[in-house]
Amino acid sequence: MKFLCIFKKELRLYFGSFIAYALAAAFLLLAGYFFYTDMVFYDLFGDFVDITTSLWNYYFLDLRFISMLILPLLTMRLFAEEKKLGTIELLWTYPLTDPHIILGKFLACFVFFLAMVLCTAVYPVLLYTVHPFAWGPPLAGYLGVVLVGATFIACGTFFSSLTENQVVSAMSTYGVLVFLWFLTWNEEAVGPQLIGVVSRFSLFDRFGDFAKGVINTKDIAFFGLATAFFLVLTLQSLESRKWRGIR
Amino acid sequence: MIEVENVTKRFGPILAVDRISFYVPRGEVVGFLGPNGAGKSTTMRILACFFPPTSGRASVGGYDVVSQALEVKRIVGYFPERVSVYPDMPVRTFLDFVAEAKDVPRAVRKQEIGRVIESCGLDAVEGRLIGHLSKGYRQRVGIAQALIGTPRVLILDEPTIGLDPEQVVEIRKLIRTLGADRTVILSTHILSEVSSVCDRVIIIHRGRILASESLATLQAQLQRTRRVRVEAEGPETQLRQVLAQLPGVIQVRRDGPSPVAGEAMQNGTVAAVVEYEGEDIRKAISQAVLQRGWGLLEVRSLEPTLEDMYLQLIHDAEAGHTIEP
Repeated sequence: MKFLCIFKKELRLYFGSFIAYALAAAFLLLAGYFFYTDMVFYDLFGDFVDITTSLWNYYFLDLRFISMLILPLLTMRLFAEEKKLGTIELLWTYPLTDPHIILGKFLACFVFFLAMVLCTAVYPVLLYTVHPFAWGPPLAGYLGVVLVGATFIACGTFFSSLTENQVVSAMSTYGVLVFLWFLTWNEEAVGPQLIGVVSRFSLFDRFGDFAKGVINTKDIAFFGLATAFFLVLTLQSLESRKWRGIR
Repeated sequence: MIEVENVTKRFGPILAVDRISFYVPRGEVVGFLGPNGAGKSTTMRILACFFPPTSGRASVGGYDVVSQALEVKRIVGYFPERVSVYPDMPVRTFLDFVAEAKDVPRAVRKQEIGRVIESCGLDAVEGRLIGHLSKGYRQRVGIAQALIGTPRVLILDEPTIGLDPEQVVEIRKLIRTLGADRTVILSTHILSEVSSVCDRVIIIHRGRILASESLATLQAQLQRTRRVRVEAEGPETQLRQVLAQLPGVIQVRRDGPSPVAGEAMQNGTVAAVVEYEGEDIRKAISQAVLQRGWGLLEVRSLEPTLEDMYLQLIHDAEAGHTIEP
């Protein structure tokens, strides 16, 4: 339970900082705008018939996109700022282990993200009051957003641990996430032999089922593993101080 | 309390610390002295478990800094060279976080923080954001975080750098108080700090230990000849002749006005510095001057300053011979 002190400190810093509120505001503004346009699309072309394919599918793909836009800016400070300020030296000399530090930071960012995502639940709830629908598909979509968000956060945490420059941290996270997004966008370019393999690693193809209201345990396991993978990389990056020449 | 055995630390091709060994018993205040880049901070970071040594062994309170790092971190309070604090946190909130990170039990946390805030003189600013404080206060916050949890060992890397003279005096006083019941290592390149605070100095130069002595021993070792300053009223040439003829005198040099008095030389007053070997010469000087009916204004032995000793040590080291501890 030692990670709790880091967790509390990070949450305190998030909720006490202007940038976090600015990012949350941008996230909610974009989410609201996308929900509105998707609603209009559903109204005009979906004829209020199949809500899953003509509303939820688009809405959750959009939420995933906004998450990709916002999360690297939320994670960029996690380690880069501590390195810049030198406070990482304090953390490393307190009776804490590296996994405590990583877990505390990751969970704090994740909880902030959860809070943002929870706020967007207002839109479906409002829709429900005028146009009741089955809750299953949107809940599956939200589960997908939360899982893919956790992976984004873990990826951002890793890049933040590599540098003391927050811009570098955010940009490299964007680089990897956008690359994973477009990994499979041109199947011809990838080639028929590879596409089967590559699409399994695409963070974005994996998300497709959730957006369509399908919960697939394979996909849950994939995001869980991807998150763990990046967190383990972060641990390796922090522990490299023991053999690298950091001054 | 602290044992360092043959510790080496390399940063790629750079050898920062080269096979150093020393021992600090419980309750001693030790000063690390050396020019910038001598290896002081690296040694302290190894003892604070920031990074492990490349080779060699070090232990604090009987715990190894590599294999039992968590235990070491529990008993060490560390003040890093770069004053690092979270600018976006109020002082008390920051110290609360530190107390939790250092496993201070919840029941005594508030009391512990109160004690540290008081002893570091932070009462007036405890609710303010650290980023809004002056450098001196930020420094004190840095020292406060090291004191949280009443660590048995304090490792302070240049604790007084960048403070104004009054704050320097306060921090030194605080360190002396703390040193009464715990082991303290502090690094500095301000020599007077060592003489005012430390029981012993360890002089590090280019990653090696040049000397590890009490100040008195170090002085005695380096003092091959002694010097006395004489101020008298009388004819200058004759006075200097008389002084030069006293037993043991090597050299008599003319001196300016006393730096203590800080005033210009009065008419008819002569000052000289006498360098000599052997027994204390002050009695012989005063007798010789008074016998001739001249006025004797001052006979004062000049202690070598730490600056002198330090430069001499480094000079000796460059010339190839070190003082064996």
